[in-house]
Amino acid sequence: MSIIKKLALAAGVSALLSSAAYADLSGKVIGFSQIGSESGWRAAETSVTKSEAEKLGIDLKFADAQQKQENQIKAIRGFIAQGVAAILIAPVVATGWEEVLTEAKEANIPVILLDRGIDAPQDLYLTSVASDQVKEGRVAGEWLVGAVGDKDCKIVELQGTVGSSPAINRKQGFEEGIKDHANLSIIRSQTGDFTRAKGKEVMEGFLKAEDGGKGICAVYAHNDDMAVGAIQAIKDAGLKPGSDILVVSIDGVPDIFQAMVAGEANATVELTPNMAGPAFAALDAYLTDGTQPEKFIITESKLYTPADDAQGEYDRRKGLGY
Amino acid sequence: MKRVHWKALLLRPQFFALAAVLLINWLLFPGFFDITLQDGRLFGSVIDVLNRGAPVAILAIGMTAVIATKGVDLSVGAVMAIAGAVAAVLVTGGASAVVAVAAALAVGVLCGLWNGVLVTYLEIQPIIATLVLMVAGRGLAQLVTEGSIVTFSDPVLIFIGTGAVLGMPMPIVIASVLAIGATLIVRKTALGLLIEAVGVNRSAARFAGISSGLLLMVVYTFAGFCAATSGLIVAGDIRGADANNAGLWLELDAILAVVIGGTSLLGGRFSIPMSVVGALIIQAMNTGILISGFSPEFNLVVKSGVIILILVLQAPMVAQSLRKRFTAERKA
Repeated sequence: MSIIKKLALAAGVSALLSSAAYADLSGKVIGFSQIGSESGWRAAETSVTKSEAEKLGIDLKFADAQQKQENQIKAIRGFIAQGVAAILIAPVVATGWEEVLTEAKEANIPVILLDRGIDAPQDLYLTSVASDQVKEGRVAGEWLVGAVGDKDCKIVELQGTVGSSPAINRKQGFEEGIKDHANLSIIRSQTGDFTRAKGKEVMEGFLKAEDGGKGICAVYAHNDDMAVGAIQAIKDAGLKPGSDILVVSIDGVPDIFQAMVAGEANATVELTPNMAGPAFAALDAYLTDGTQPEKFIITESKLYTPADDAQGEYDRRKGLGY
Repeated sequence: MKRVHWKALLLRPQFFALAAVLLINWLLFPGFFDITLQDGRLFGSVIDVLNRGAPVAILAIGMTAVIATKGVDLSVGAVMAIAGAVAAVLVTGGASAVVAVAAALAVGVLCGLWNGVLVTYLEIQPIIATLVLMVAGRGLAQLVTEGSIVTFSDPVLIFIGTGAVLGMPMPIVIASVLAIGATLIVRKTALGLLIEAVGVNRSAARFAGISSGLLLMVVYTFAGFCAATSGLIVAGDIRGADANNAGLWLELDAILAVVIGGTSLLGGRFSIPMSVVGALIIQAMNTGILISGFSPEFNLVVKSGVIILILVLQAPMVAQSLRKRFTAERKA
């Protein structure tokens, strides 16, 4: 079969699929209770959710909780009163949801959790869409294993905020990713609080402590912002980030793609802001013929390197509100 | 006469503390005092301590003046974020760096004036008055940046955070100029005495003919100016304004620096140079933790342990007995 025929067939199949799916969501009212806009990623999630809803013709009612659970509960009660078709919640905390979710269940409104789990009986929500933070770390680690080959590689790690779940899980995942390779070892690990400024300061300390950075082969940062700070510190020390010291991090924010274009970052694992896409798909199947989705839908943890059209990825993301 | 004065100064517990922390850093990492020249600027752990300590030292300069009047300014961290945000948004919008820096400093001054008005004319307790801006200010900064990190590539703004003059990083230069300038102004004129008078007893000071209202306005405005300066430095350092994190909790570090420096929270007794030393002690400790290789779970434990030790050493009773022993040994 020629390429063109293949493409045509693929396009036809996907057109068929997309028209079959989502047929039922058009015109439906769906409530979305968002935590707030504490980070760039959160803002991007909001804008992607809105655009996904628009694509499907969904009338999305958006409520910003400004980091307060009581606002979320109020918003959910409001959605129930309006008789929406479904509710999406990005829960700000894990506890205290039983009562309001029971009300939604009694009103027969399916609830989908986005990007964070809750401590509540599983029958109170249809499904939860989230990323696997351990896997994100593992993908980063496995990339580094492939990148260095048999060479010895001493890694410094910039952790997220001490005790936070992404910091714990991304650390664990990375360690799993490199554990079968004795030539890779983490020699220093400190917290950079997920910020650029602290990432830079901690990296400065690492570079001094490791003979001006000569002993360091790679830096692994639990988020891109810290990696951006570390890149500046490496440059200040007279080394080349991206070649003298490899830079791998997680999140996929626009600025790391810009660094990739400049040859200063090597890889990032995307935490996709598109949690709503899989949520709408699951919801559509459920509303159409009652298909029960899996209880935990895991989003893809995609690896990006400069070879993946970094400039294009930057352009695609910069308008999303990161 | 002069010699005795200097000896008394160097015998202060703050210098012991700083020396002790630096010594421990050196023991943990033998290359601690190594300094080299890298791309025309000094490069080394000691330089890091000075460079990273500069923003808090600058905050502490302003904070010292405020605390000397028996006040406190909790808003300085938020003002840093606002100033950085304003400068970043202006340069990315096409304004010249001079305009951006001037606007950022002006916004800092305005924030200081706001605090001053609340404290002086509405007579709100300083801790509450400045809490307003501490909370609202960060929101303002986020409004200015629309919640994202606004990055810039303006060479002048970047120079403020990462440039160097004769090899000395800019933040150190700015902090030194401010510290020396402020110290000269308060100590070579009657201003310091007036501030102390207001701090001891505002009504008495007013009856003695000091316009304490004006003086309070001046110190809060100065604190706002210092905060804006710090904000420009941290924004320039990361080439972007991070409204969520810039200056976060630094007001507490600044207050701690002032307290370690021996300024009384009850007002009436203050020393700007010692507050700067306090800021350096805090940063020497932070840098030491970074190069020590301890796991990050211990950061706060180590930090609080050292701070408790320093404050105990400074307690009047302990300090006096130490001083007595030291001078006795010298005589013997």
